[in-house]
Amino acid sequence: MEIVKLEEKDNCVRVAVKGRIDAVTAPEFEAELNQWVSQGTADLLMDLNGLDYISSAGLRSILGITKKLKKDGRALMLCSLRDTVKEVFDISGFSTIIPIYDSPEAALKKR
Amino acid sequence: MSAITLTAELSQLADLIAFVRQAAQSAGFVPDRIREIELATEEALVNIFQYAYPDVMGKVRIDCRMVNDSRLAVAIADYGIPFNSLDFPDPDVGAGLEDRHTGGLGVFLMKKLTDDRQYRREGNQNILTLVFDKPGSGKDRIGDTAQSEPFDRSESWP
Repeated sequence: MEIVKLEEKDNCVRVAVKGRIDAVTAPEFEAELNQWVSQGTADLLMDLNGLDYISSAGLRSILGITKKLKKDGRALMLCSLRDTVKEVFDISGFSTIIPIYDSPEAALKKR
Repeated sequence: MSAITLTAELSQLADLIAFVRQAAQSAGFVPDRIREIELATEEALVNIFQYAYPDVMGKVRIDCRMVNDSRLAVAIADYGIPFNSLDFPDPDVGAGLEDRHTGGLGVFLMKKLTDDRQYRREGNQNILTLVFDKPGSGKDRIGDTAQSEPFDRSESWP
């Protein structure tokens, strides 16, 4: 699992999340993002184009981060999900509580 | 038929999953379905680590075998306290953000991604068997267990 900051513009930070978020890597994923959330003030766009795999442990982390941002009046958006990752968001119903876009451009336009 | 036995703890998760991935690859599953097989197995294992062995460390054994050349059966045995994750109530996947809880979500994913699943207590073992149909073998992939051939529940692992 790897998180790379891609760009920051219009009060939105875009990060790429790559690899696998499973029960082993989810705590690290959540800790890294939480640190960023507590330091910044911008919205967060997670580009998941490079994410191969996510399990319920990763969903739990994403839910926690979403709630934290919302409390602060900020938003979390996801974009560019691969089919198998999108399927996990659909089955779990997370697609209905977290905005998901086809591309980073679409996400920034809709925001 | 192949099997692996390791300590039931998170540090062994990657090796246990890799074992199941290899079995699914040898069985000829496509990469997307293999990720689903990995995911269902991870969710099963993580719950076993937590609930079958709440206080003590123990072993977990995975057997992978093909049934009728068309279904992969992943049997996960542990020697912990009686624990059946299939009894978990399904989470409310329609709840809004504030009311959303993630308890039971892993097992819910596991149920949705398997074509059949069975739990039994045998002696001092919990045995959870996850079954995955191979696409193109004449059976639908997700949730349509009614049309699937019944999984032979009398057969025992290991």
